[in-house]
Order: sequence, then C-alpha cells, then structure tokens
Amino acid sequence: MSLHPRRRPVRLLRRLGSQWHALALLTIVWVLLWGDLTWANVLAGAAIASVVVIMFPLPAITMQGTVRPGRALVLVGRFVADLFVASFEVAWSAIKPGPTPHGAIVAVRLRNPEDAYLTITAVMSSLVPGSLVVEARRSTGVVYLHVLDIDAYGGPEAVRRDTLALEERVLRAFASDAVLARCGLAPEDAAAALDAARPGEGDAR
Amino acid sequence: MTHVEPGLWTTIADVVAAVCLLAGAFLTLGAGVGLTRFPSLLARMHTVTKPQVLGLVLMLTALALRVRSWSAIAMLVLVVAFQLVTSPVAAHMVGRAGFRTGKVDPDDLRPNEFGEPD
Repeated sequence: MSLHPRRRPVRLLRRLGSQWHALALLTIVWVLLWGDLTWANVLAGAAIASVVVIMFPLPAITMQGTVRPGRALVLVGRFVADLFVASFEVAWSAIKPGPTPHGAIVAVRLRNPEDAYLTITAVMSSLVPGSLVVEARRSTGVVYLHVLDIDAYGGPEAVRRDTLALEERVLRAFASDAVLARCGLAPEDAAAALDAARPGEGDAR
Repeated sequence: MTHVEPGLWTTIADVVAAVCLLAGAFLTLGAGVGLTRFPSLLARMHTVTKPQVLGLVLMLTALALRVRSWSAIAMLVLVVAFQLVTSPVAAHMVGRAGFRTGKVDPDDLRPNEFGEPD
C-alpha cells in the first residue's frame, strides 16, 4: 500500500500552518465584511480561508525582514502627505485651462530587487509622487515610471531621487540590517545619527 | 445610525465630514475631467490612481464620521484597504498592456528611457 493517501492530509495541514498569515488575514476580511464578530462568522471565515489557501496555493514570499515601528510610521506619514499633494496636483492639472502636461518615461534602478520590497515600492510610487509604473523588471530591479508632467516635476533626475528616497523609507521600515548594508545604506543607529547631523536633507526638491 | 446627543464633538465631526465630502467631491470631479481631457492612455491612468483613490478615501472618511457605527467603519476600512492595493495594480496592468500593444505613441514621451541600455 502506498503511503501517498495518508500523507496528503498531513501536507495540507502543514501548508495551512505555514500560511497562517494568509489564513488570519482572510478570516479578518470575512468578519469585517459581515460587520459583526460572532463565532459563526469567525468559523465560517476560517473555513473559507482554508479552502482558498488550499485551492489557490501561492509561492511563499522570501522576506526575512523586521518591522521598525518608528520608521514604518515615517513611511506611512510621508505616504499620506504625498498622497494628498499628488492627488490635488493631478486633479488641478486636469481641471486647469490650457494645454495638458507632457509626460515622460523614466527608468529607475532600485537598490534592492527582492520581490517584496520591489512590490511595495512600486505600488506606493504608483500612488504617490506623480508617477505610474509601466514596467518592472524583477531580474535587474529597474522600474519604468511614467510621469504625468515631467517639466513641473523637475526632470528625470528628480524622479529618480524621489523614488530612491521612497525605496529607502521602505527598506528602513521593513528590511533587516544585512539587507540595508547590502544596499549601501547605513545601519539603523548610524543612520539616526546621520539624520540628526544633517537635518532636512531628504526634503530638498 | 446611532442616536448621539448633539454636542461639541458631534459638531466637530460633522464639520470635518463636510470638509472631507467637499474635498473628495472635488478630487473625484478632477479625476473624471482628467479622464476625458488628458490626451494619452498613460496620462489618464494617473487620474485613476491618485485623485480617484484619495477622493474615495475622503468620502468614506466623511461617511464614517457621520454614521458612527463600528461595523460600518470596519467595512469602510476594508474598502479603503482594497482600493489602495488594487487600483495601482489595475492602472499598471492597463498601462502596461497599452504600452506593449502600441497604444502609446513613444514620440509623446520626452524623455523615453524605456528600452535604453542601462
């Protein structure tokens, strides 16, 4: 008798165990959708989450990062502020009379082409600094951004500088010290000292 | 909607909600106008990702401030989260497909660094 049929449930259970983040997240989404926290909702959500995780398996994301709460707050704060500025800029350039702005595509080589950080940086740069990701190359870590109004932005170099600054905030919030060192960024303590030594350097635009 | 005694905090919440609604309406209008006025596919995608998203976020914030019920707020948070995650991806897919199938005139883009050796 083959061992195969007996191993299958074990493997399924192991997959559920290894993807408990996804399970928890899907269950929370289900409970939020129903709007109230009851045992029935939690159990139904967990059951449906298990079916989703088993039926649609995804490759594990390799991300041995840490979360630095302070740096994550900086990232989110800047993100919200930039989202406001970018939204009103785009809405205004749509409404104001006169010729519409002229766009450009800028290639930005990110420091770290790892999937997770590349994705976070690409999604956030789509929302924030007046740019849109047209193409991203996983192998080289180059992101091609479309910029709505390249003259108002200040040229391709300004786009590169802002995108790299965004990536640095993402890495500082989520990447381990080893990754930071590999990307040529000073580790956390030294960076804090540097920031204190040259205030406001990152905001020059 | 739960009944709340009118007071200072409810007044503040109402005023903030009104401001959020107006700002959200302006951004959504801008997104709509941009969709028709901008000349190229990629420029139109910008209105989908930025003013449209923040416009919706502001409107839902206003809604949360007026409705003041936790189950409704939970649902609104979910809408905002999915909006933030999905709309850049959707705009990226549309822009990428248009770019690859020649719907974007490369001469409109100055500079166009796509395809340059790096």
